[in-house]
Amino acid sequence: MTTMNILEEITKNQLKKDIPDFKPGNTLRVTFKIFEDEKVRKQSFEGVVIKRSGAGTKETFTLRRVSYGVGVEKTFPLHSPNIEEIKVIYQGIVKRAKLYYLREKKGKAAKVKRKLIKKDAQT
Amino acid sequence: MVGLLGRKISMTQVYKEQGEVIPVTVIEAGPCFVTQKKTKDSDGYEAVQLGYKETKEKLLNKAKIGHLKKAKVNLLKYLSEFKVSKIDEYEIGQEIKVNIFKEGELVKITGTTKGKGFTGVIKRWGFKGGRGSHGSMFHRAPGSIGRGSSDPSRVYKGTKLPGRKGGQRFTVTKLRVVQIDIERNLILVKGSVPGNHDGLLRIKRM
Repeated sequence: MTTMNILEEITKNQLKKDIPDFKPGNTLRVTFKIFEDEKVRKQSFEGVVIKRSGAGTKETFTLRRVSYGVGVEKTFPLHSPNIEEIKVIYQGIVKRAKLYYLREKKGKAAKVKRKLIKKDAQT
Repeated sequence: MVGLLGRKISMTQVYKEQGEVIPVTVIEAGPCFVTQKKTKDSDGYEAVQLGYKETKEKLLNKAKIGHLKKAKVNLLKYLSEFKVSKIDEYEIGQEIKVNIFKEGELVKITGTTKGKGFTGVIKRWGFKGGRGSHGSMFHRAPGSIGRGSSDPSRVYKGTKLPGRKGGQRFTVTKLRVVQIDIERNLILVKGSVPGNHDGLLRIKRM
């Protein structure tokens, strides 16, 4: 067996299968677990996907939102067992794979144009 | 306690239940075969010689082929000795697999580090070096290596100077076994191990 085959076999059962199709520019709501001593809390974070990077178990994505005038970015490992749900809220129209330019924009310019989609197509 | 010979495959990462990401090195360990037993009577110490990795006949010399035929095992590329306390537990030709290790155990792994070639003192010994600009005129050179005219009038032996780095035998201790795959002869340890992919490794329990 080659190196890549072995790595694929090992990580195969760690990959999630129910991940929705999303791209940079989409707006997501991610629900994830937080462990506090013995309690488990759930929290959700909503934002625009500014990048997806890596492959296989190493894949991550970064969400950005502006809350109370402060830009907040959060990077999640895509296949982490802590992530409970990933929901695509809006699809965006963007021309690049990494939306770093949003960091320098303010106000309306920092928004991603939304793609119009039919209501029933979203589920 | 007998160990195993193996080869480094690659590094990757695995998730724990609470979403903790662990960096792991994947090692193909064994199956190894006992090719020779060294006993107190014949050799003065007790050890087993293990062989690893099947190979072609044309890649081995006649002496090694004869030695392996005597033990009635397949043609193996690498041989290495491991000291054991109870020699009677092992027989010549016995197969030793990854199930001698348990998950959560600590192991030490010996390998040959990646060769870096001829390097300067900053890379080789961690010297600080000088300032890049502002007329410092001292950048990556080793600096003074001793007194010249009077006392030693020579450079002490073992002085840290430029030279070949890497390609040396090195042991990493206290590596925790994260996962064991008996079917595929794999062992996953937390952290990195010396050497390139496909490099030969010696795995022993701490």
